[in-house]
Amino acid sequence: MDCSLVRTLVHRYCAGEEECVDSRTVYVGHREPPPGAEAYIPQRCPDNRIVSSKYTFWNFIPKNLFEQFRRIANFYFLIIFLVQLIIDTPTSPVTSGLPLFFVITVTAIKQGYEDWLRHKADSAVNQCPVHFVQHGRLVRKQSRKLRVGDIVMVKEDETFPCDLIFLSSSRVDGTCHVTTASLDGESSHKTHYAVQDTKGFHTEEDMDSLHATIECEQPQPDLYRFVGRINVYSDLNDPVVRPLGSENLLLRGATLKNTEKIFGVAIYTGMETKMALNYQSKSQKRSAVEKSMNVFLIVYLCILISKALINTVMKYVWQSEPFRDEPWYNQKTEAERQRNLFLRAFTDFLAFMVLFNYIIPVSMYVTVEMQKFLGSYFITWDEEMFDEETGEGPLVNTSDLNEELGQVEYVFTDKTGTLTENNMEFKECCVEGHVYVPHAICNGQVLPAAAAIDMIDASPGAGGREREELFFRAVCLCHTIQVKDGDEADGPRKSPDSGRRCVYISASPDEVALVEGVQRELTPRDIKQLPQSHTARKRLGFTYLRLKDNYMELQNRGNDIERFELLEILSFDSVRRRMSVIVKSATGEIYLFCKGADSSIFPRVIEGKVDQIRSRVERNAVEGLRTLCVAYKRLIQEEYEGICKLLQAAKVALQDRERKLAEAYEQIEKDLILLGATAVEDRLQEKAADTIEALQKAGIKVWVLTGDKMETAAAACYACKLFRRNTQLLEVTTKRLEEQSLHDVLFELSKTILHCGASLTRDNFSGLSADTQDYGLIIDGAALSLIMKPREDGSSSSYRELFLDICRNCSAVLCCRMAPLQKAQIVKLIKFSKERPITLAIGDGANDVSMILEAHVGIGIVGKEGRQAARNSDYAIPKFKHLKKMLLVHGHFYYIRISELVQYFFYKNVCFIFPQFLYQFFCGFSQQTLYDTAYLTLYNISFTSLPVLLYSLMEQHVAMDTLKRDPALYRDIAKNALLRWRVFIYWTFLGVFDALVFFFGAYFMFENTTVTSNGQMFGNWTFGTLVFTVMVFTVTLKLALDTHYWTWINHVVIWGSLLFYVVFSLLWGGIIWPFLNYQRMYYVFIQMLSSGPAWLAIVLLVVVSLLPDVLKKVLCRQLWPSATEKVQTACLVSGPPLGSHPLASL
Amino acid sequence: MAMNYNAKDEVDGGPPCAPGGTAKNRRPDNTAFKQQRLPAWQPILTAGTVLPTFFIIGLIFIPIGIGIFVTSNNIREIEIDYTGTDPASPCNKCLSPNVTPCICTINFTLEQSFEGNVFMYYGLSNFYQNHRRYVKSRDDSQLNGDPSALLNPSKECEPYRRNEDKPIAPCGAIANSMFNDTLDLFLVGNESDPTPIPLKKKGIAWWTDKNVKFRNPPGADIPLEERFKGTTKPVNWVKPVYMLDPDEDNSGFINEDFIVWMRTAALPTFRKLYRLIERKNDLHPTLPAGRYYLNITYNYPVHSFDGRKRMILSTISWMGGKNPFLGIAYIAIGSISFLLGVVLLVINHKYRNSSNTADITI
Repeated sequence: MDCSLVRTLVHRYCAGEEECVDSRTVYVGHREPPPGAEAYIPQRCPDNRIVSSKYTFWNFIPKNLFEQFRRIANFYFLIIFLVQLIIDTPTSPVTSGLPLFFVITVTAIKQGYEDWLRHKADSAVNQCPVHFVQHGRLVRKQSRKLRVGDIVMVKEDETFPCDLIFLSSSRVDGTCHVTTASLDGESSHKTHYAVQDTKGFHTEEDMDSLHATIECEQPQPDLYRFVGRINVYSDLNDPVVRPLGSENLLLRGATLKNTEKIFGVAIYTGMETKMALNYQSKSQKRSAVEKSMNVFLIVYLCILISKALINTVMKYVWQSEPFRDEPWYNQKTEAERQRNLFLRAFTDFLAFMVLFNYIIPVSMYVTVEMQKFLGSYFITWDEEMFDEETGEGPLVNTSDLNEELGQVEYVFTDKTGTLTENNMEFKECCVEGHVYVPHAICNGQVLPAAAAIDMIDASPGAGGREREELFFRAVCLCHTIQVKDGDEADGPRKSPDSGRRCVYISASPDEVALVEGVQRELTPRDIKQLPQSHTARKRLGFTYLRLKDNYMELQNRGNDIERFELLEILSFDSVRRRMSVIVKSATGEIYLFCKGADSSIFPRVIEGKVDQIRSRVERNAVEGLRTLCVAYKRLIQEEYEGICKLLQAAKVALQDRERKLAEAYEQIEKDLILLGATAVEDRLQEKAADTIEALQKAGIKVWVLTGDKMETAAAACYACKLFRRNTQLLEVTTKRLEEQSLHDVLFELSKTILHCGASLTRDNFSGLSADTQDYGLIIDGAALSLIMKPREDGSSSSYRELFLDICRNCSAVLCCRMAPLQKAQIVKLIKFSKERPITLAIGDGANDVSMILEAHVGIGIVGKEGRQAARNSDYAIPKFKHLKKMLLVHGHFYYIRISELVQYFFYKNVCFIFPQFLYQFFCGFSQQTLYDTAYLTLYNISFTSLPVLLYSLMEQHVAMDTLKRDPALYRDIAKNALLRWRVFIYWTFLGVFDALVFFFGAYFMFENTTVTSNGQMFGNWTFGTLVFTVMVFTVTLKLALDTHYWTWINHVVIWGSLLFYVVFSLLWGGIIWPFLNYQRMYYVFIQMLSSGPAWLAIVLLVVVSLLPDVLKKVLCRQLWPSATEKVQTACLVSGPPLGSHPLASL
Repeated sequence: MAMNYNAKDEVDGGPPCAPGGTAKNRRPDNTAFKQQRLPAWQPILTAGTVLPTFFIIGLIFIPIGIGIFVTSNNIREIEIDYTGTDPASPCNKCLSPNVTPCICTINFTLEQSFEGNVFMYYGLSNFYQNHRRYVKSRDDSQLNGDPSALLNPSKECEPYRRNEDKPIAPCGAIANSMFNDTLDLFLVGNESDPTPIPLKKKGIAWWTDKNVKFRNPPGADIPLEERFKGTTKPVNWVKPVYMLDPDEDNSGFINEDFIVWMRTAALPTFRKLYRLIERKNDLHPTLPAGRYYLNITYNYPVHSFDGRKRMILSTISWMGGKNPFLGIAYIAIGSISFLLGVVLLVINHKYRNSSNTADITI
């Protein structure tokens, strides 16, 4: 006692240490435990206020500004702005301050608005009324006043105000149904169970008398995991300790369904609820384009600094003669003269930096972000990617990765639910070597597979019959299905054989298929051949009715109801790959039924017709069916009690509960007797094969990662044309590794591949090498973990490298028997291999989340296994077939668009700033600007921004249909082709060339001569305006030349922005602006236009600037056309293409 | 939502089940814009389409170039350097600051007569009117006649803002360094008596500058001197601004010589319009061929910064003064474009067959 008191005190005073306590204790209803019970450490817990908003009214401005300036780009512009404010710089602070202010304000308003919405939502949530139990009465209070330990009552269709431990429900059996649609999007009802010892407390008064404490772990974000225990004290007995799991926990955000009311005790409140903890944002993924953009930015930063340095040095060299530094007509002020030389040089350097800083434009970030944000709408709007059946369209969770969709080199796809429909259909079952098929299908049809060969006896004997019934019972009992009464269901479906309406609901579609399968009339295939088919007509089905008061009821063939007491469920997990139930029959016999993957069942079987069933299972697997094996074990009472103890110990453990449970399961599920096997078909998704073929043509390597067994997966791969008939399969499987060492296998394979590899690389130039050998690799999880395991001698990488080498040369890879984490491991392995390829992972289930998060682009399929994958993905699509359009069309477009956007932005700013740099050589390196302030400010904001933004939203260099028909076009942009150094340098040099043309064109025009017909002279501002005008026209027309898709919007924006420039210039020079302290632009533009040579010069210089680019384009297209260009030309010749295309056969 | 075998049979037949109810609302609109199917013109730059453009550019540019070149060549222009750095030059004596006022005379001959209006420029070299410190050293409000700016010029004018506690009008380095040589032109006739050429000093500045941008301080009836009361002249000036010209319409800030000077040149070598020599009538050339002399009141020091001073006489065409650049550039670009057209034609012809057949055979 003393000891704990000290600890309590220590904890009181060292609040920081609270983090270290790994469990929390809750007094239910704030009642202290009876004296003598173990003392607990009281902990402070937050109230139930949900704060999803980031700002408050007071801290919005400073905090938001801080957040915004944490971005490198904004910070850079802030520095430039501050430099302009502090030192005497050539341009006024307005020129950089205004755009920055604009960007910051717009972002702040957007974020502020979003935060306001969040505030509103928060207060709505925090103030909604909640029923408390207080002193035996119900009290209504605001939700935010809820505290840990309060007992709460929730009525039907209400959402839970915090995370609750489910104490009791109005239902007799102490269950309630819950939907977690707002948490993970799963709309199915889930059953939760009240704590055994408290489920009798039905009224407020009862609740008030409850005396219990709950120990549970500290808040964790994992929605599906919870461990805790409850101690219920009563006056009579010792405290009862019960384990608590996630089935006892009701999460905030979930909604109570089909249950009148429940009582629960709050254990996590406010920001500590699992829902709130899940709000935390995911790690940011950055696209390859963004990375190259940042590299280019660094290059430009270097150019900027070197320009400034060159000019600073030149300035001081040039000024070394005093008459240049300070001629009589242009003297410095006293203060300037006395300034320290180094300080002066430094400020000069800064001033040059400011002068040239436009080379890295603020607006690029804004435009890129707008492009991404607006552009992503085209995905959500896409009608072709909308699925009628489910009513789901594509979702864009992040728009940062749009262009990455055009760069994918590896696609990792899940099989079940992604390639296949995850719409399970019971095909057959095999009991003791007898094959049964659903009556409905086999009746009158010729079955594709020949009748089983090894059928021993035509009619099963008495023992066989018993086994057979046991098998069906096992299938009926060994599951976690809930039965929902038809009238309660939102989509009423009638089970045809049972008289009443009922719907089975389960997390696993296989289970539903099985239970429904055995409920139908089954025909033993070997009996079918007999003339008296009435034997087949007999009801063979067992119907699972419901789980009531821990008794599972099922209707047997004789329409009798059998009741089994459900003793334990050893639930399914993907590591064990099996599940078991322990039931007690009406006669008091205790059975353990186990159902699972063959690989996890066979090793545990000691009896049964293993060989026959194994051969049947393998046959089915080859046909692409999902197989499960069923086994049982009879337990005697003592055994069962041992098991109970074992499980209880593991379940009550607070730490390592998973591991302990797994160990316990391992011990329990052994020495089984094999009953039979089932086969369930999972049909391929429509157009899966077509999609995979297109992706492969596009140069994308498709890997299938699945937890299924090898044969099933391989069959699916053949069906979806991942493997073709001429594909030579290489296997690295556990089976093979039993014969040979991993080392030998890998070297042998690499030899096989590299033998042909030489010819393969040669053929790579000619595009698809159709006649060379295609390789497909099959590897299983166990072999993979061997490869990934570092070797003892430390040379860890060698197997990996070898493996990667093999993979690189295979057109398709199938990884089967993969655990979720292994999927992510594979993705990671490829992602960080030598070439750093761009990877895409697509999947639909919770087991794909890790790989979706790991890959560069994660795509979730809004599937049957819930929305977890879709929630964690970057993009979600309804069907696998939509991936084709997503990558080949949208990805391609986005990549083309953004790469042009990035290159063009740099180009136009080189054009903008390089004349400025050249001008320094003619103005004594005095940082005199060439252009007027208004032009400096508006060039990037309004004169040249809209056309490129619109281009980057609308451009379609090739028609959408052509892209879809010709997947090979995707190869043209592979490996970031449009942002390679070569291309970047070309654009930069084009910019420099154009800048030279503008500047020296104007220079020779103005040099020592008159250009007006009245003899009057122009000054420096006219000179700058001429350069600027030529520039705006050239830069806009350059974009016009690059535009391949001229809609009316493009016309309006391109010609409109030129018109805007002219109108603005007329206006800007047409008035004496009273708020300006200089009038240097007054009539400059108009005077310039009044001079004939200026017009001639503008036309000439624009033509000269555009000429090389046009020439380059035409020559490249003519002499070295890319596939895309060929298609474009072909379209031009033949008009809109119809039917087959010349390149389609490539 | 578990969909099972039996349920599916129903679903296939009937309308989509439960979630399908919302399908209608969530279905994206089938508009051309949202589906990225707006009707569009899809031009492609191919040799075929570009070829004619190249030829057309060639055909248009070459004649224009020739036209400009001929026009430029017809312009008469003479440039006389009177800096006096050459010891033989008559103005050499003026290099020493002791001789004030220094008047020198330079003789020159016009080989050909100048017809039409003739424009007289002064040109300076190595004079950085475009230096930043210089360009900004002015106060446009003051020059616009703003009374408060007149007495309190902008800080940008430093160190030419105040002199002896009085604001300078016009302030700033530009105004302070105004060109102040006086140039007079005489035609040496047959006799010993030279004829002075009438030089017009109005109309050399932009009309908008003279009438809008530059204004004297307000007060229509008050004499100009009164209006500038409280200010002092720029340090280097001999006379205050209101005495630049006896004519009140050309004095003060609206003096045209001043306005011309205030328009800072773009490059360190520049010329500025000094005077107009208007043509008398169609019969006589404005400046007949013959001997002339230029009378210079040499005030403006350029020697200290290695500068040059020139006087330029030039006729003007519709496209301004003599400038061969534009004509040559047009001819050159026209020819290049024409040449490229020919090259492309050859390439197009040579490769068209192969590419076409390739398309067919693939």
